[in-house]
Amino acid sequence: MSYGIEHTAHKDYTGAKIGMWLFLFTEFFLFFGPVLLYTIYRFRYHAAFTASSHELDLAIGSINTAILLTSSLTMAVSISALQRDRTKLSLWMLAATFVLGVVFLINKYFEWTEKFSHGMYPGGEALAGGPPGQGVFYGLYFFLTGLHGLHVLAGITAIGVLAFMVLKKKVSAADHVRLENAGLYWHLVDVVWIYLFPIFYLVR
Amino acid sequence: MYENGEKHYIARYTTLVMVWVSLIGLTWLTVKISGIGFGTFSIIAPFLIASIKAFLVVDYFMHLKYERPFFKWILLVVLGTVIILAWLVYEDVAYRPL
Amino acid sequence: MSIRESYLESGPGSKLASWIFSTDHKRIGLLYLAVIMSLFFVGVTLGFLMRLELITRGPTIMEAQTYNSLFTLHGVIMLFIFIIPVTTSVFGNFMLPIMIGARDVAFPRLNLLSWWIFVAGTILAITTLILGPADTGWTFYAPYSLISGQYVALAVFAVFVLGLSSILTGINMVTTVHRLRAPGMTWHRLPLFVWAIYATAWILVIATPILGVNLLMIIAERFFGIGVFDPAKGGDPILYQHLFWIYSHPAVYVMILPSLGVIAEIIPVFSRKTVFGYKAIAYSSIGIAALGSLVWGHHMFVSGYSYTAGVIFSLFTFLVAIPSAVKVYNFVGTMYKGSIVVDTPFYFVLAFIYMFAVGGLTGVILGALSINIHLHDTYFVVAHFHYIKFGAAALGFFAALHYWFPKVFGRMYNRRFANWSLLIFFIGFNLLFLPMFVLGYEGMPRRYFDYLPQYANLQYLSIFGSWVLVIGIAMMFGNLIKGLFRGKPAPQNPWGAATLEWQVPSPPPKENFREIPEVKHNPYHFENVRRELD
Repeated sequence: MSYGIEHTAHKDYTGAKIGMWLFLFTEFFLFFGPVLLYTIYRFRYHAAFTASSHELDLAIGSINTAILLTSSLTMAVSISALQRDRTKLSLWMLAATFVLGVVFLINKYFEWTEKFSHGMYPGGEALAGGPPGQGVFYGLYFFLTGLHGLHVLAGITAIGVLAFMVLKKKVSAADHVRLENAGLYWHLVDVVWIYLFPIFYLVR
Repeated sequence: MYENGEKHYIARYTTLVMVWVSLIGLTWLTVKISGIGFGTFSIIAPFLIASIKAFLVVDYFMHLKYERPFFKWILLVVLGTVIILAWLVYEDVAYRPL
Repeated sequence: MSIRESYLESGPGSKLASWIFSTDHKRIGLLYLAVIMSLFFVGVTLGFLMRLELITRGPTIMEAQTYNSLFTLHGVIMLFIFIIPVTTSVFGNFMLPIMIGARDVAFPRLNLLSWWIFVAGTILAITTLILGPADTGWTFYAPYSLISGQYVALAVFAVFVLGLSSILTGINMVTTVHRLRAPGMTWHRLPLFVWAIYATAWILVIATPILGVNLLMIIAERFFGIGVFDPAKGGDPILYQHLFWIYSHPAVYVMILPSLGVIAEIIPVFSRKTVFGYKAIAYSSIGIAALGSLVWGHHMFVSGYSYTAGVIFSLFTFLVAIPSAVKVYNFVGTMYKGSIVVDTPFYFVLAFIYMFAVGGLTGVILGALSINIHLHDTYFVVAHFHYIKFGAAALGFFAALHYWFPKVFGRMYNRRFANWSLLIFFIGFNLLFLPMFVLGYEGMPRRYFDYLPQYANLQYLSIFGSWVLVIGIAMMFGNLIKGLFRGKPAPQNPWGAATLEWQVPSPPPKENFREIPEVKHNPYHFENVRRELD
């Protein structure tokens, strides 16, 4: 039940897109803060950051990158399919995106627990004795990948809801902007990871 | 239906798959060259490749290439802001009396 | 249901629900007004008690720890709950869509969600008041905020939630101005208040997330010890200050820009003359928003950061005075050779210009690197920012209340009484804060709950001022509340203004306009309108 005035049937496609892009920019600035800190600490604690980077598992990082990139493809295909009124293909692609997102999080879980078991977490015994830069590196690593993980979680939730709406025909070829906006969000999560990957795994 | 019958860009599947192939290829490349150790370049190269990848995602997957100029302008404003903010903070940390 | 039914009338069913679940931008504006004003009175009480504590040296009515909590809460409530959102959320919501000829904002449901998030943040802030208020000051500086035994994480989270609400409001306003302008409402026909809100909304969108993530890092530090700001773990607390002020300095412009917009609306109406230098005022809003984002370092002159940065930030601080001064010149230029009608809102404008000039000029003094070292963290700073945030920004909001009151509620308050309350407010304010400039210059530090004997006399004067000020505020709002219930019905266009909100009945009908109007003139074209008050 809505208490607002009855709006005339009016859907502003471009307005919805502008709103979503603005929101994406706020997300971008959210990640900008800690990344700025990373660049500063990287110069200050050059040796400790390089050494810590070598302790991360490059194989898992690379696989996770490939998983997110692929999920971006399935998301983009899903939108194209819906616009062409191929609802079934669109739904399958959404399901694939959802599953890939979950796999990403599972990998992340194993990566984190492996570090925990070696005492490599903020306040853990392995970091207490290390050089100060090492603690900062892992502080930023857990904060940024944790924040990114929360965004992945929000993204797969949105994709689940959207899949339901496509199924119920609330989102369709005629009115697809909500799926497009969910896609924009998912791609942003991907772009953030594209930068987090070299930051923590590659610059050694 | 949306008002004033705006035309929506519909991406071709082949384009999307091509972009994906490039993204995976670039990821393979960046992993291969990491840790080879050519000094400064080994810091710049991964971020250069990451930026190309981000550009591909934003332009093709997110359809920025086909959006009206307004979207491109706000992207420029945002990137400009980030550069200026970072520069001002670096003016502090680079010259800090320690 | 009559199509011209006022937005204040509810249909059958729960009256409360018809308000708190309303997606009507006008009702949401009033919802914000209700929440914000109740918290404003809490903030005033806290400030009043802080002053009262200083009436004798040593503990008078509270201990030092309580005093620390009081100034923290006073800051958090007055900044994050009152002055940052108030004009944008109340009048931005209520007036902006009508002023551009729209039926609502771009995302009405998101607008309601922003209000609910705002309420959640407010409740969190009040919860800390009961549990154990933070004692860090509203700035939450590391490393003390990492080790304080009070409920700092909860207070920080409250501010994060309030920030989220700001971001959503900002997105809504930018999109509304871009997409919902009426036919003929070109960018250069936008009322100046709309320009001001537009610039403000951009600051909210760009700067707030940086504060948000900074606060999240403080929470992560407190719970997990991630060490990015903790010097004991290799972190750098000055970087916290950077990220904090990257948002919180532009936030000052979030407070003042909408008020400057309000003043720019009122002056031409009461000068019966088109605004002087429309484009200069409009673009100076954008200029202030842009330049104001580059001056945050002047809060950190004594933090031990680099001299190079100090010089750059000092220079930018001088530069931001230029667009601010452009506005004042244009305000005065608009009055020049106008046929001025002196009425309540105009008195508010005059008081505003004085306050803004004093606050602005002392700001330039503080922006000078060398003088700042002497005055940093003294009462001089306290006086300066109260002139800007309270004397100017909040007074601009009070001006808006008195200007738009007849439109919003369809009733008129007692104008004579309002003038008197403004006079008492003005005297009390200056008695309270002018002595602080002297106290600060003589070395009285801020946030201390005690002082040396030589400061006593000026402290007494300032405390006396706080009593006068509270009387002024009580009179002002007593008068408005009386007008709300017993005031005479207001005409459609009491002041004779030409902007669109005065071309609809008072109070406005639910759908604002029967038909979306077509705009043919600039908003300060007074030929076809006349004043409907005696």
